[in-house]
Amino acid sequence: MHATVSSNAPTTARAEEAARNARDTRNDRLFGGLLKACALLVLVSLIGAAASTLWLGRDAFATFGWGFLTSSEWDPSNNRYGALVPVMGTVTTALIALIFAVPVSFGIALFLTEIAPSWLRGPVSSAIELLAGIPSIIYGMWGLFIFAPFVATTIKPWLMNNFSADPPDGQVSWLVTHVPFIAKFFSSEYPFFGAGVLTAGLVLAVMIIPFISSVMREVFQTVPTRLKESAYALGSSTWEVVWDIVVPYTRTAVIGGIFLGLGRALGETMAVAFVLGNTFKFTPSILETGSSIASTIANQFGEAEGLQKSALMAIAFLLFVVTFIVLMIARLMLRRLASKEGS
Amino acid sequence: MSASLYTTRRIKNIAAMILSVAATCIGLLFLAWILWETLSQGIAGLKPALFTKITAYREEGGLANAMVGSLILNVLGILIATPIGVMAGTWLAEYSRRSKLGPTIRFLNDILLSAPSIVLGLFVYTIIVLPSKWLTNGDVTFSGIAGGIALALIALPVIVRTTDEMLRLVPGTLREAALSLGVPQWKLTVQILIRAARSGIVTGVLLALARISGETAPLLFTAFGNNFMTFNPIDKMPSLPQVIYEYTKDPSPDINTLAWAGAFVLTMFVLALSLIARFVFSRSKVSHD
Repeated sequence: MHATVSSNAPTTARAEEAARNARDTRNDRLFGGLLKACALLVLVSLIGAAASTLWLGRDAFATFGWGFLTSSEWDPSNNRYGALVPVMGTVTTALIALIFAVPVSFGIALFLTEIAPSWLRGPVSSAIELLAGIPSIIYGMWGLFIFAPFVATTIKPWLMNNFSADPPDGQVSWLVTHVPFIAKFFSSEYPFFGAGVLTAGLVLAVMIIPFISSVMREVFQTVPTRLKESAYALGSSTWEVVWDIVVPYTRTAVIGGIFLGLGRALGETMAVAFVLGNTFKFTPSILETGSSIASTIANQFGEAEGLQKSALMAIAFLLFVVTFIVLMIARLMLRRLASKEGS
Repeated sequence: MSASLYTTRRIKNIAAMILSVAATCIGLLFLAWILWETLSQGIAGLKPALFTKITAYREEGGLANAMVGSLILNVLGILIATPIGVMAGTWLAEYSRRSKLGPTIRFLNDILLSAPSIVLGLFVYTIIVLPSKWLTNGDVTFSGIAGGIALALIALPVIVRTTDEMLRLVPGTLREAALSLGVPQWKLTVQILIRAARSGIVTGVLLALARISGETAPLLFTAFGNNFMTFNPIDKMPSLPQVIYEYTKDPSPDINTLAWAGAFVLTMFVLALSLIARFVFSRSKVSHD
């Protein structure tokens, strides 16, 4: 019975199979192509963001040339624009943020990996992560209504009394008379006005602490236990294990995490827009108001026309290029630890 | 001599431990401070009018239109970003094995994850707002759609990354078993792998939603905002973070109270989302074991 039916059955079955295979191959190729197109969108949006800001900023670059980068003028009424003040404000606030955020993040990561009892680690790390979840506009409100007044009544008068040439209490401190230039960084015409570069830097510090500390915590956990145990067996203290074993082992990744925080701080907009003051005066003082690239765009883009709009696009391009480089360094350094782990 | 060395080492160790605990306390203190202020300042403005009236009434008004607008913008953003993000993440995890393009895109996606959102907003302004202004002779400029696309650009890298990571967690034996039965790769991907990584992908989408619900800067020049209730995505569209931004700058204390109430609602929404995301994720881990 089998033999009679099957004279051409294998060929039809084979033909069916071949057709099915061809269909599957075609579908596979279509599906793969569709997925790849979506992945390429990531590339497109990065290039697009750079290209579109460069294109709309071309007038500003063409009008002011290299002087755009070195001029501290930002004068919409005379249509003269220079990027120096917002660029400086962006960099200074981000650096101040790092100065405060890095040691605190290191402490938190150290606490969570080495010191805290295991039942405390989960809740504390979740709480720190919540800090990253709070929208930046909330940081801005808190900064404007709560933190800036706190700076104005507490931190700023103290700093000015100790470090400025024109202290509110009238007594110039020993430090100011003996250390040159220090007074320049701590002067302010309005000792009891809270917004300024330092305030913005401190708010940014709080915002980037969760990012840096979570990277540090993760990379600290990649240190092989046997390395730490050997050091403990030789009689090292916890601090010595961390400083002499954990930190050297994870150094590049730790620096990568710091750069990641820097990248975040550079691009942060809403919080800074509230507490930086948005003035375009060129001053080295961290107690004076200033402006950052992102806050300038947020404040002026709505009403800007012509050359001003172009200048805003041009500084957006600068911001994008700088954060791109900083984030690239961060990711490359973080990846080096991952490859070390794999080997 | 050795005793004094021992003492120095002990003191150093204790000092480091104390500083580390202090650092953690500083972090927790700021969290408590910010949450406390949002709660205590926001509670005064929590009235029914907040959810029923629109911003056009100013002092006597509420934030109803802003909340509806935010909801529409977020849904638009997630609807656009989720399919694209999941597909891109799937390509990274399943198809990019032998190509050089895969690692490059994964790397660029990580950069996009932290890129300044205000620049992404300007990008959408250039490709959506400006062309629609020219095409309609200035009738349509800013729109809810533009805002949704801007938010989608911010949500995209989050979804790509979690999808990629979750799919790579799916054991290879599952792929081998399916392939050895003659299942084509697209079927394997859609029906087996994505299903296995489903709750992880949902976590990514929830995290992306939490991320975009608080975004303000890119909406300033895409959705732009208005003071009326609108459901039309071709129209300018208000959003909660943006109204908070404007009401915070306002000199009137009553308007500031409204801003605080909005901030309270927004913060609770975002924190609840991240808690739900965490819950979904922890459940997914249990089910895989």
